[in-house]
Amino acid sequence: MAKSGHQELEDQSVETASGGDDLLVKIRGLRFAFGTRVIVDGVDIDIRRGEVTTIMGPSGTGKTTLLRLIGGQFQPDAGTVEVDGLNVPSLSRAELYALRKRMGMMFQTGALFTDLSVFDNVAFPLREHTRLPEVLIRDLVLIKLQAVGLRGARNLMPAELSGGMSRRVALARAIALDPMMIMYDEPFTGQDPITVGIVMQLIRHINQYMGLTSIIVSHDVAEVSAISDRIYLISEGRVIEQGSPAELQRSSSQWAQQFLHGAPDGPVPFHYPAEPLAEELMVGG
Amino acid sequence: MTALVQNLGHSVIGFVERTGRSLIFLMTALAGIPASLRKPYLITAQLYSVGVLSMQIIVISGLTVGMVLGLQMYNTLTDFGAEESLGPVVALSLVRELGPVLSALLFSGRAGSALTAEIGLMKATEQLSVMEMMAVDPIRRVIVPRLLAGVLSVPLLAAIFSAVGILGSYFIGVSLLGVDAGAFWSQMTAKVDFHADILNGFVKSLVFGVVATWIAVFEGYDSVPTTAGVSRATTRTVVHTAFAVLGLDFVLTALMFGEV
Repeated sequence: MAKSGHQELEDQSVETASGGDDLLVKIRGLRFAFGTRVIVDGVDIDIRRGEVTTIMGPSGTGKTTLLRLIGGQFQPDAGTVEVDGLNVPSLSRAELYALRKRMGMMFQTGALFTDLSVFDNVAFPLREHTRLPEVLIRDLVLIKLQAVGLRGARNLMPAELSGGMSRRVALARAIALDPMMIMYDEPFTGQDPITVGIVMQLIRHINQYMGLTSIIVSHDVAEVSAISDRIYLISEGRVIEQGSPAELQRSSSQWAQQFLHGAPDGPVPFHYPAEPLAEELMVGG
Repeated sequence: MTALVQNLGHSVIGFVERTGRSLIFLMTALAGIPASLRKPYLITAQLYSVGVLSMQIIVISGLTVGMVLGLQMYNTLTDFGAEESLGPVVALSLVRELGPVLSALLFSGRAGSALTAEIGLMKATEQLSVMEMMAVDPIRRVIVPRLLAGVLSVPLLAAIFSAVGILGSYFIGVSLLGVDAGAFWSQMTAKVDFHADILNGFVKSLVFGVVATWIAVFEGYDSVPTTAGVSRATTRTVVHTAFAVLGLDFVLTALMFGEV
């Protein structure tokens, strides 16, 4: 059967980058703690090339920490984080920076440089890491901004953008150097439904047409289920469940079912641990 | 009693740990200078921000301090019939002490606090983090240009402060109180030595510039990335700079001018 142009492009990019290994990110036995507080504990995760993989779980369970461990911003206490065959924690600073040039990251807040215009924000990595003439940088920036629908907003300052626009500019900046992978930290949080729809479409389309690998950290079940190829459910620093969105819906795990359906009570109790109410009420009397 | 000793111990360990961290930070920044020099436009932008924009407060303060000095010194010198020494007395006070010290304190209040707040807010809004993820070293891209600009600015601001101060005292002493203009300038040029006074004053202001800017950028970079954290860091910048500048001024003065 003849493949579509996009499909061919996607297959080609996967073949070129893979070098025979289907996994772009391979995490094994990862452990990380802030002082005595364990954030990630014995996590194994595989991120396949060309896929959109979501790491999902309640707030404060170490999802963003995982992204920072993949990006080499934190050093794990134990375990390995391999990205494109390189063990991130053991890389030198120069090697880590070389790897990061092939990784993009969209932060939850967008993290745009507030003293630079939209155009200059997107041009920033190009100016820092290439010696392209300004004319070419201009064209590249406009192409990236066109991809996120904000070519017309290039002269605005970050303070003039809505939250959704900020994230789209951050996305354009993250793909400026045509990375092999992109990490999204809570891309849907606090956005209106239209913006959520736009960001969902952008993540899926950019992953498909640029031949990327995407890692999303989120707790928005419906949104990520619609665009993810694979989902990891984590809680208290451990992987509870994994699989495709359809497989997770059929999961027998009570915790997974409570999380996916937003049930207020279950394995994660509604009440914070406390003395029995009757005993507490009698104390005053 | 045990708690008191425990608290004291914690404070001492905290101080030593923080001092060590700030020294490592400074060494890292110094190592990044060659790379930053390849992007001089970043330094000039900061020179404008921390140097040129501090001119207003420096000129106004220098002028008023010079005028007050002129008035006070004139009244005292007149008692000894030595009002013609007004020029050298004011000039030595400004060039040796008041210029470097007050410029550094004013710099800290105007530009140092702004540097801390700016860097602290960049940290709080993850701009430094995103820079790291883009393989851009925030120390070289953000810290070093600001550090260099501060170090270059403070001696220049101190020189302007002293010069304007001398003009202020000239206006009070010569134009208003009748001190002879020739005596004012000739005694000043005769008594103020280039090496012993002007150069030592320059060295002082250079040291104060390093310390004031180092404290400002470190406090911003090391701040707790919250609104309250940035606020506390900004306050610490001004307070610590004042302590450091005044303490160092005594040490430097003793080394340069003390005859024990």
